[in-house]
Amino acid sequence: MKEKFTTIKSTCVPLPAENIDTDRIIPARFLKSTSRDGFGEKLFYDQRFDADGNPIADFPLNNPVYGGIILVAGKNFGCGSSREHAAWAIHDYGFRVVVSSFFADIHRNNELNSFVLPVTIPQDMLDRLLATIMAAPATEVTVDLESQTINCEAVGIDYQFEINPYKKYCLLNGLDDVDYLLSRRDDVIAFESNRKNK
Amino acid sequence: MAKTLFDKIWDAHAVNTIPDGPTQLYIDRHYCHEVTTAQAFDGLRNRGIRVFRPERTFCTPDHNVPTENQHLPIADPVSRNQVETLERNAKEFGLPYFPLGSERNGIIHVIGPENGLTLPGMTIVCGDSHTSTHGAFGAIAFGIGTSEVEMVLASQCVLQSKPKAMRITVNGTLAHGVTAKDVALYIIAQLSTGGATGYFVEYAGDAIRSLSMEGRMTLCNMSIEMGARGGFVAPDEVTFEYCRNRPYAPKGKDWDRAVEYWLSLKSDDGAVFDRDITFDAADIKPRITFGTNPGMGIAIDEQVPAAPADASAASSFADALAYMGFESGKQLLGTPVDYVFVGSCTNGRIEDFRAFASIVRGRRKADNVTVWLVPGSRAVEAQIRREGLDRVFEEAGMELRQPGCSACLAMNPDKIPAGKLSVSTSNRNFEGRQGPGARTILASPLTAAAAAVTGVITDPRTLSNK
Repeated sequence: MKEKFTTIKSTCVPLPAENIDTDRIIPARFLKSTSRDGFGEKLFYDQRFDADGNPIADFPLNNPVYGGIILVAGKNFGCGSSREHAAWAIHDYGFRVVVSSFFADIHRNNELNSFVLPVTIPQDMLDRLLATIMAAPATEVTVDLESQTINCEAVGIDYQFEINPYKKYCLLNGLDDVDYLLSRRDDVIAFESNRKNK
Repeated sequence: MAKTLFDKIWDAHAVNTIPDGPTQLYIDRHYCHEVTTAQAFDGLRNRGIRVFRPERTFCTPDHNVPTENQHLPIADPVSRNQVETLERNAKEFGLPYFPLGSERNGIIHVIGPENGLTLPGMTIVCGDSHTSTHGAFGAIAFGIGTSEVEMVLASQCVLQSKPKAMRITVNGTLAHGVTAKDVALYIIAQLSTGGATGYFVEYAGDAIRSLSMEGRMTLCNMSIEMGARGGFVAPDEVTFEYCRNRPYAPKGKDWDRAVEYWLSLKSDDGAVFDRDITFDAADIKPRITFGTNPGMGIAIDEQVPAAPADASAASSFADALAYMGFESGKQLLGTPVDYVFVGSCTNGRIEDFRAFASIVRGRRKADNVTVWLVPGSRAVEAQIRREGLDRVFEEAGMELRQPGCSACLAMNPDKIPAGKLSVSTSNRNFEGRQGPGARTILASPLTAAAAAVTGVITDPRTLSNK
C-alpha cells in the first residue's frame, strides 16, 4: 500500500525563511478533515493566498520559475505543532524531499512516516543551495537514499546525509512502523507480564 | 553507573531496541483528541485490527469545540463531523470517552492530570505537541504524529530514537509577579525556538521546586516551544499531594506502593547530562513576546532587540517585526491591546484564573479590549464559580466562557481578527496562529490581567492587588 523511495532528480522550490512552523505549513483551520487526502491544496495557505483566496504572486510556490519535488527550506523547519497534516500536505502537494539545515524532531518523524525524506545539510551548504536555486531555478539536485547522498554539480554539493538505518530500510522497501510493531506484539505481552511480576 | 531520571523511566519502558534503530517504547497512557486521531483509527480498520490495550487510551474533544452554547450541536458541520468521528471511534474500539459538556470534559492536557490519569514515572503520548505538559509529574510525556497514534493503538508502543539529556536548573527565588509562564518564556528566549531540539529536559533547582503542580505544568507545557521532545520535573511531595485521591489515581495499599516507587524517581547524584544549563531566578522578570515564535521574547520593560547579525536570521527577524508592527529599540509598554485571551493547556487552570482575578478584582475592563476567559476544563469552570471568581470577572465587565482550546489555535469560532493585537496566555505566537493576520503577544495571566484592565501592555508589578 505504501510507495517505495527511489532516487530523485529534480529542480527545487526555495523557501529561505527560518523557523517555518507547522501552523504556517498548514493552518489549524484546515485540519478538520478526517482523511489523509487533499491537504496539498492548503499547503502554506496563508502565505500562498491572500484574504480573497487569490495567489500571492511572489510566494515561491506560486512563482512559475520554480518547480519540482524537492523543497529547500531555512533552518528549524517544521517547529511547533505535532500535526502530521503538515507532512501530508507536503507530500500531497507533490514534494518527496525537504532539504534544510535543521528539522524539528516531531515534524521530522512525521515526514519519514509520510514518505517524505528530510535531508539535513550544513548551514553554509544550504545558504549556497538556496542562493543558486534563486539565481538559476533550472538547477537540478539529485537525492539518492540508497547511498544517502545529495548531489548538485552547479553548487559543488556532493554530501552524504544521515538517516537512521531502520527508517532508511523502511523507506526503500515501502514498510511502515505499524507492520513492524504488530510483528512484535508477543514481546509486548512478555514485557507486560514481566512488569506485573516485579 | 549514575543514571538520569529520564534514563530510568525510558529503560523501564524499553521493550526492544532495533539495532542501529529506534527503541520500541511501551506507553502507559495515551490521550486522544479529535484532530489527530481519525486517520489512525481508519488505519486500524484497514488492517482489520482492534485497539491492543483499550484501557490505556482516553479520548475527549477539545480543539474544535465552541466555548459558548455547548448544549447545542456544533454549528460548523466539518468540526461537528470531526468530533462525532472521535466519539464513534471511541465507541467502536471500546475506549473511555469524555463527551463535550460532560463533567470530565476539557482540554486533554488539563483533564488528564485532574483525573489522576497522569502519574509519576509513566510514559505518556498524545497526537499533540503540548503533551509535554504531563512532564510536570515526572513522566516522559511527548507529542506524536498520527502515524504514531496508530502505532500506539495497534501495539501500545511507539518507535522512538532516544533523545539527549539536558538539565535546566533555575536557582533562587522567583520575585513577586513572576510566574511559571515567565520562567518558561525566559528559558525559551535564552535557548531560542530550536535550542533544545533533540533533547529531553529535566527542570531542577529551588525556583522549579517551589512551583505548584499547575506552575510545573505551565513550564513543562512550553518545553516544545524550544524544540525539546519534552521536559519534566522529578516528583516530590507536591506531586504526590496533587495526585492523592484523584479519580484514577491508585488507592489504599496500591497508593502506598506507588508512592514508594515514585520516591525513587530522581536523577542519581553524578548523573551526566549532555547539556547542563543554569539560570538565576533573580534575572527573571515578567515576560512578553515581540515576534512570531515563542523564542522572540523580552522582559516586559525591555526594548525590542536589534536584528541578529546573521543575514538569513536577520531577514526572518525583519519579517517577524513587520508582521507584528513593532520596531527594534522600542519598548512595548503602553502599546494598545485589542484582545486578551486567558486559557489553553498552558494557562487554563484554576491558579491561572485566581492570578488573573487578583489584579482584575475591583477594576474594570478597558473599553478597547475584548476579553475571553476560557477555563481549561469543566472542573476548572466549576471551581471558578465555587470561588466566586466569575462574579469578579462579571463586575469587571468580562465574561467566562465554556472550556476548550478556544483562541489558542483558531480552529473553532474563537479567532482573533486580522491585524488585531492579542495578549494571550497560550503557547504560540506564530503568524496566523490565533487567526489569519492575528498578532499575538504571549504572557502570563498576571500580565494578561494588567492589559485587560488598562487596555495597553502594562507591567503587572505596577498594579497592586486590590
